[in-house]
Amino acid sequence: MSRVHDMGGRFGDGPVHPEPADAPVFEEAWHGRALALTLAAGALGQWNLDVSRHARERLSPGDYARFSYYEKWLGGLATLLVEQGVVARDELAGAAPRASDLASRCLPAEHVPKVLSRGGPTLRDGPAPRFAVGDAVRTRLPAGNQAVAGGHTRLPGYAAGQAGRVVLSHGCHVFPDANAHGLGERPEPLYTVVFDAGDLWGAPERAGDEVTCDLWESYLEPGV
Amino acid sequence: MPHDHSDHDDPQSLLPPDPALRVKALETLLTRKGLIDPAALDVIIDTYAHKVGPQNGAQVVARAWSDPAFLAALRENATAACAGMGFEGRQGEHLVAVENTPRTHNMVVCTLCSCYPWPLLGIPPGWYKSDAYRARAVRAPRAVLAEFGVHLPEGQTVRVWDSTAEIRYLVIPQRPEGTEGWETGALAALVTRDAMIGTGLAKAAT
Repeated sequence: MSRVHDMGGRFGDGPVHPEPADAPVFEEAWHGRALALTLAAGALGQWNLDVSRHARERLSPGDYARFSYYEKWLGGLATLLVEQGVVARDELAGAAPRASDLASRCLPAEHVPKVLSRGGPTLRDGPAPRFAVGDAVRTRLPAGNQAVAGGHTRLPGYAAGQAGRVVLSHGCHVFPDANAHGLGERPEPLYTVVFDAGDLWGAPERAGDEVTCDLWESYLEPGV
Repeated sequence: MPHDHSDHDDPQSLLPPDPALRVKALETLLTRKGLIDPAALDVIIDTYAHKVGPQNGAQVVARAWSDPAFLAALRENATAACAGMGFEGRQGEHLVAVENTPRTHNMVVCTLCSCYPWPLLGIPPGWYKSDAYRARAVRAPRAVLAEFGVHLPEGQTVRVWDSTAEIRYLVIPQRPEGTEGWETGALAALVTRDAMIGTGLAKAAT
């Protein structure tokens, strides 16, 4: 069920190489351009955050592993632009650009500060929470999207089928598994659930260490 | 050498293989269609390259260390407390502050992508987005911390927060000894980006 992006707990990666604290925010000029282009194209309103995450996750495993970070963003952006009909394939290939009905939605420079400071809150009205802080829960198994094979989900594979305990309750939030697939926002209660590292990994680095995930209610069932 | 950058008939394969040229081609196309304003891209880049960064989070930490009423507000509703200092918006819509103590060290990761509290810390550094960090932080946090030069006392538990939803976490590091009575500006100078992710500690007072 998993896709290549779901890499938490994977073996085989080498050490982390921290850059110095004063390293530039954008290592290459095109990195900043790719980020800004993605944000500005998103402001056209033709997709949401979950759709855009899923577009990156749908890169082939070979591409996902080979691409640098912002190449993944560009790959996802090109996919979305074509799938949502914002641009045509022949335009990407170099044909003369045609006029677009979406031009009225173009994000002007003077609106950028307002758009960035507003963000995109995901808190919504929705059902009362089934679980309370302190409750024992178990995550469902397998981790995948229940409605769409290979679909977007935010339950990591390593945390599927695990016993945990609710430590924070966040109210109802947009449900990514639905929102990424045009199935509506379907807000659900969202919780932070803590897991014992020994339960997750068998042999943890140190007994008593913990990992938390932020999980929607339909990922969870009552624990014991 | 140029690689065949797609296994499939993906739209991106229609663009130039060099990523810098790929960005340029997309930007040119969207500009000619009237869908983006290149000046808006300049504003976005300038915002995250120069205006929004770890200096914001450091102000929050310094105030949490020195103002008990603010710390209480931060615990109650970090989103509102940070918005009160002007730090809000994209990728920081729902904030939670987690406090390091002698018993617990907190550390943040996003194993599924690269979720990070932009209004407080800016754009994540390359290592935070790397496969190695995403894969290993949850299973081997102490080994990862050692790669940052951080070695925790035996009695301190590690709690790794995997940001799998739209909640964004700010680690409040332990306040360094010998900083009693310091002004918030001097305190903030001790608060590194990595200390607020949990892969570092606040700098010692000198």
